[in-house]
Amino acid sequence: MILLVPLAPGWEAVKKSFFNAEVFARTFPGLLEAFLLDVAIFAWSAPLIFILGLLIALARDVRAPALYPLRLFGIVYTDIFRGVPVILVIYLIGFGVPGLGLPRPWNSPYIWGTVALVLTYAAYVAEVFRTGIESIHQSQRSAAASLGLSSADTMRFVILPQAVRRVVPANMNLFIALQKDVALLSFIGPVEIFRQAGVYKSLLANFTPYVGAALIFLAITIPATRYADYLLNRQLRERS
Amino acid sequence: MRLIGSTILALSLATGAMAQNECAAGRTLEEGKLTIATGNPAYYPWVMDDAPESKQGFEAAVAYAIAEELGFSDDQVVWVRSSFDQAIQPGAKNFDFNLQQFSITEEREEVVDFSAPYYSAAMAVLTRKPVVDAGATASVDALKGLIWGADANTTAVPMLNDLIQPEKDVLLYGDNADVVEAMKANQIDAALFDLPTALYLGAVVLEDGVILGQFPADRSENPDQFGLLMEEGNPLKECVDAALAALAEDGTLAAIESEWLSETTGVPVIE
Repeated sequence: MILLVPLAPGWEAVKKSFFNAEVFARTFPGLLEAFLLDVAIFAWSAPLIFILGLLIALARDVRAPALYPLRLFGIVYTDIFRGVPVILVIYLIGFGVPGLGLPRPWNSPYIWGTVALVLTYAAYVAEVFRTGIESIHQSQRSAAASLGLSSADTMRFVILPQAVRRVVPANMNLFIALQKDVALLSFIGPVEIFRQAGVYKSLLANFTPYVGAALIFLAITIPATRYADYLLNRQLRERS
Repeated sequence: MRLIGSTILALSLATGAMAQNECAAGRTLEEGKLTIATGNPAYYPWVMDDAPESKQGFEAAVAYAIAEELGFSDDQVVWVRSSFDQAIQPGAKNFDFNLQQFSITEEREEVVDFSAPYYSAAMAVLTRKPVVDAGATASVDALKGLIWGADANTTAVPMLNDLIQPEKDVLLYGDNADVVEAMKANQIDAALFDLPTALYLGAVVLEDGVILGQFPADRSENPDQFGLLMEEGNPLKECVDAALAALAEDGTLAAIESEWLSETTGVPVIE
């Protein structure tokens, strides 16, 4: 491909538009700076997603008939937020909620954009946690009950420690996806790397800044993916 | 070339269609048709009701005037739609020229060709009544303290930084509708648009919109001038430039401007 692509008749034009060294050098520092905002949004979203996802998973696992509404809520929640594209949730919450007339700074796109991301990703993470919880054999619950543990204590001391560990690789996967979807917040205002690249693209009529942004994303996501692979392999070894 | 031109001229005369002038003949994408691109959607007052073929709206009228000057009849004009990105992507274009308020800049000129400018746009500050009531005035000092927004695809972004240098981070959006939405949600105080767009948004889209003032085109160091965008090296460019020069000379361009963009006078100037 490396040999053939440059032979295509349009290669010179494509090279000028997508792989322009001069534009790259000029825009890369600005992109890197804008990427800090992506990292920050990721950093404060990830723990919130973890917590909310866990709560939703627990709500779906309640077994007492009286708490069925809680279980129903968990089901409806994951159905809705897994079923709607992230970008729509960001638009609807990012513009819709502040439009209700919230005073500053409570109408900030950073806050509501984060809320949208957290709500969506918590639904995915909840499903992962649920599979983790369900993968722990029923006999462990019975054993815990026979030792006199309440069902809350069983969940906390017996099921969850195993379940959470078991789904770490799956969750890593989701957090890598989150890292990229943070860029969607640009649609409601914040000038993060994707938007910054778009500004450069528009001013210079050149797509090279997008290539620069892609490289920056790869520099983060490839090591993260390798780490997830490593965790998965280690887990497989431990189990075999 | 001359021979071919006159042959085509004779042929098209014979078939009863209007003849292209010598310059444009054989230089369009499709023989005997002029393919013009505009935005999707195209906005008031540039194109009325998103229907350029109605000839209503400033850019629609300019496009048909140029077509006429080049010797194309109205039914030889074909409209297509394109986004900004489609207009600047490398490779063959599906239009002869594209007009959707493209500002001519040196950097863009390296990738695509622009015609001579057909309009010089003043930049205007669009804001809402509550912001004015809170004390915002048409002075650069007062404007610095506001929270600004803009359409990320426009030259408003560098202008904001040059002319106003806002104290807080600027928020950028994908299109005009999103900027207005953020304004309604009170996430931004003000936004910078070209004046005709600002007037439209302020009068029609925003209920309590106010045009705080304008930076006249001739006052800014890099005036925002709109040009027709063409594929780099498009041979039609010289014909279009000649046509625009003729339209400017005989007052047609000014007449179109006063028909569609007349309200732009009377907006206070920002000192």
